[in-house]
Amino acid sequence: MSLDVAAIKKDFPILEREVHGGRLVYLDSANTSQKPRAVLDAMAQYYEQSNANVHRGTYLIAEEATAALEGGRAKVARFIGAGAAREVVFTKNATEALNLVAKAWGRANLRAGDPVVLTELEHHANIVPWHQLVEEIGIELRWIPVGGDGHLDLRDLDRLVDGARIVSFAAMSNVLGTITPIERLVGAAHAAGAIAVIDASQFVPHLATDVRDWGADFVAFTGHKMCGPTGIGVLWGTETILDATPPFLTGGEMILNVTKEGFTANELPWKFEAGTPPIAEAVGLGAAVDYLSSLGMDAVRAHEVELTGYALRLLHARFGDDLVIHGPAEATERGGVISFTYRDLHPHDLTQVFDEHGVCVRAGHHCAKPLMRVLGAPATARASLYVYNDEADVDALADAIAAAADFFTR
Amino acid sequence: MPGLEDLYREIILDHYRSPRNRGELPAPPATRVEGFNPLCGDEIVVYVDVHDRTVSDIRIGGQGCSISQSSASMMSAAVKGKTLDEIKALTRAFKGMMSIHEQTLDGEDADAPIEVDPDVKLGDLEALRGVVKFPVRIKCATLSWNTLIQAIDETAAGA
Repeated sequence: MSLDVAAIKKDFPILEREVHGGRLVYLDSANTSQKPRAVLDAMAQYYEQSNANVHRGTYLIAEEATAALEGGRAKVARFIGAGAAREVVFTKNATEALNLVAKAWGRANLRAGDPVVLTELEHHANIVPWHQLVEEIGIELRWIPVGGDGHLDLRDLDRLVDGARIVSFAAMSNVLGTITPIERLVGAAHAAGAIAVIDASQFVPHLATDVRDWGADFVAFTGHKMCGPTGIGVLWGTETILDATPPFLTGGEMILNVTKEGFTANELPWKFEAGTPPIAEAVGLGAAVDYLSSLGMDAVRAHEVELTGYALRLLHARFGDDLVIHGPAEATERGGVISFTYRDLHPHDLTQVFDEHGVCVRAGHHCAKPLMRVLGAPATARASLYVYNDEADVDALADAIAAAADFFTR
Repeated sequence: MPGLEDLYREIILDHYRSPRNRGELPAPPATRVEGFNPLCGDEIVVYVDVHDRTVSDIRIGGQGCSISQSSASMMSAAVKGKTLDEIKALTRAFKGMMSIHEQTLDGEDADAPIEVDPDVKLGDLEALRGVVKFPVRIKCATLSWNTLIQAIDETAAGA
């Protein structure tokens, strides 16, 4: 194993608790990850020692709070290969980050009939804001299709991006685990004169990320899927495009000056951070990227490829054709997101039985209903792996599937 | 701790495996309404024929988990041939049963908050009582009922 998972499990206090009389087998990290003690301690220490509002107090702990917030930003910027900390905007989550792109950049730049290209495997967070611009402005949505192998079907890409203003896509599918061809899509967007927007919520927690290498204009992701706390997300953008984007939410913190006649927006990144920001959450996210960096993102990826391969082989060997796994067949082409259906048992019923065995797995449409329609599966059960999962967790999943099959066919 | 047997009673699994009144009715004259459970993606389609304020026929379409499908199946059997007033009383009784373990603001179990006519008999629907111990699944059980009430309201509005 590329990671010492036994040691890593001890870093996550929640994994010590019991559920229904047995150990907790957490396989829902694509939904939200668990938090290591280092993150919890950093946030507690901030509240216990340095809590104050930022960018205004002239006293010691206010200086410390400001340094804590901006320190978290600098850590995140280094972790994703940003050119500067001012390119990292803190939002509430990835959904708000994508809304910022659609509502601030989109409203200022899009006109009726402008094409915006999405893919069929998008999360609702990268669909609904654009639907709103269809209603408000009359933009045209185009969809890059998903093929039967779980990969994007790029045969029609040139025609789809022709004349487009935006190409916005997920770097990794939250349902299929598919890793999309990022450089190719960014290249096609720019060749067509469109900006490239990446929803990297499922990618950043699991693979080494270099946003400048990608060459995209905007990249959105969230803290809570990468060992960080809820309540904080990130919108990275190039300085050029962030400077050219009007403010989204407005009020305190995001201004240089306000008069009765109007306002002057603050500098980057604060221009996009109205109101008191998520300070403790930025501290926690900074501790989370320190934690992931200490493991090494290449080792994290290697571990997940190994474990995903083990899971795919085990589930196939044990359940054969009774179990359908959606998405790419090769572990190297996907993340540790394993969506499946078992015979005609509804995923909600499957996961209800899993819970009796302490196995936490999500069931449903995973906020990707257009993709579910393409798959022809209204719902799937989805097990998702992370740094603290090992083969015993996958074995527990297989045992839980067998128990559910037994329960409903007795 | 509630066990799986509290949730998946034999009669529920029977209705799930052999759903009653499955299919479609031509609409119009029937009323067709779709219901969605945003949590899990369950979709239910209710078709009702209403004559003289009585549900003369009903069919259920859509897909979903065993709880939503069996609840819809049992509901269809329970309301067929009933008057709209009887159906509304039955719905109140069913929802009352589903709410028995709803918590009050101070965290205590509340008594049934919905006024239920004591004369209404739930019959087989009693089998769904165990669902209240699994709060996430209450929406599964009530999806078809909410959809039926919407269909009846639309029928009344169009009449």
